[in-house]
Amino acid sequence: MKLLVRPFAFIAVLLVIWQVAVNRDTAQLLPGPFGVVRGMGDLLQHGLLLKYVVASLFRVTWGFLLAAVIAIPLGLTIGWHRRAEMALSPLVQIFRPISPLAWIPIAILWFGVGDLAAIFLIFVGCFFPLMLTAMSAVHNIPAVYVNVGRNFGLSTADFVYRVIYPAVVPQLIIGSRITLGIAWLVVVAAEMIAVNSGLGFLILDARNAGNRYDLVIAGMIMIGTIGLLLDLGMRSLERAKSFRWSYSED
Amino acid sequence: MATETGMSLPVRDLKLRMERVGMAFERDGKSVSVLEDINLDVSDGEFICLVGPSGCGKSTLLNLMGGFLVPTQGSVIIDNQIIRGPDPRRILVFQERGVFPWLTVEGNIGFGLAKLSRAERRERIDHYVQMVRLQGFEHTFPSDLSGGMQQRLQVARALAVNPDVLYLDEPFGALDSSTRLILRGELLRIWQRERRTIIFVTHDVDEAVQLADRVVVLSARPAKIQNVLTIDIPHPRNISSARYLEHRDDLLKRIGLAYTA
Repeated sequence: MKLLVRPFAFIAVLLVIWQVAVNRDTAQLLPGPFGVVRGMGDLLQHGLLLKYVVASLFRVTWGFLLAAVIAIPLGLTIGWHRRAEMALSPLVQIFRPISPLAWIPIAILWFGVGDLAAIFLIFVGCFFPLMLTAMSAVHNIPAVYVNVGRNFGLSTADFVYRVIYPAVVPQLIIGSRITLGIAWLVVVAAEMIAVNSGLGFLILDARNAGNRYDLVIAGMIMIGTIGLLLDLGMRSLERAKSFRWSYSED
Repeated sequence: MATETGMSLPVRDLKLRMERVGMAFERDGKSVSVLEDINLDVSDGEFICLVGPSGCGKSTLLNLMGGFLVPTQGSVIIDNQIIRGPDPRRILVFQERGVFPWLTVEGNIGFGLAKLSRAERRERIDHYVQMVRLQGFEHTFPSDLSGGMQQRLQVARALAVNPDVLYLDEPFGALDSSTRLILRGELLRIWQRERRTIIFVTHDVDEAVQLADRVVVLSARPAKIQNVLTIDIPHPRNISSARYLEHRDDLLKRIGLAYTA
């Protein structure tokens, strides 16, 4: 609890400064904290806040999970087979620096305006980071573990399940945490263009339909808060006892 | 004193034979020879120590015997069959980090026992937990064990699958000297009780003279067998007896020669 006192006190101070600054400002460049709270109340009243949060989380969940299910096994396999990696590496290096947002026109062309397009964009944004994480996780498996696995005569399935999987899981969790952060960044941008709901849409729509900057900031605060919660969730996974071995070792 | 037959060692079956074994690695497009013309016969239940200058290829030799590497020349034969790969009948114990950090002491010892019934596995685990004196640590993860305990755990995991041959690659090399001394004693105790064939790589002369039936001295790279010394002192060996010291000096001299060879 004590740990939380300082950050909250600091936020309170910032809010006061914000309100004071807005009061002295005549140009109305920003709504004050009370205005934003009122805006959030409006959204809640119309049932939009929950609806948009759920819509954004829905897209992130599907985009992220689909990418994880495909990219992680693929990355592990490619990382294990050096020759496959040498063949595919240039291709990956070309795709990787392309911002997921560059895919927006293609996403809309293929999937139209709707959830699928947004999910596709998040999928693209998560795919390469997850694949590269999986590849490097395989590379970092100490040779000793591999040799012990071979020595005890494990079948391929057992070897994957009892040596490879436990050896890479801590790194995959760290990579997933970072990638989920990326997904959360991408969803906001995707929703500004490819769909008509979600927190990203809220921000753009609030500006276009009557310059409601209180709603814009309300949306930003929701994005930040949910992003923080997602990260905390992934961090708690890192601390799970069964995965803790790799952090306590050195 | 021991004469040629004085020790009345029983004639034991041949376990492992190395026939004109050579090993070369490709490095920068060039072939670098590491081992040349290694010939050695090891009897069943024998304790062999491999010594030689560091980097001479002792570990490579052990990896060849374990089936982790394939020799570029000659062959390694165990029980009259050429080795084709690693096998649970021959377990290699590594110098460090050999235990799985994600498994407890129990989980590590039981690693090779998946095919046994639950009751058998339980019994086997308990037996080897006791043998390496890790009682009370069954549910501890390796990160909470000392280096010496981790090595005992690795030996226990190896013994649990009932191998005929145990390869140990400087298993106590990373430990402090008093722990090393204790573990040597424990290894001897286990060996005398279970009589596996043991091939033990070390650069520690005392370790070799204290443990081995025979000490194989390798020369500098490309390594050949320089000498094979028989240590015919019964266990437990008195490490300040004249005969022990004689063997020790002899071995030191030969290794000194190996370094300059």
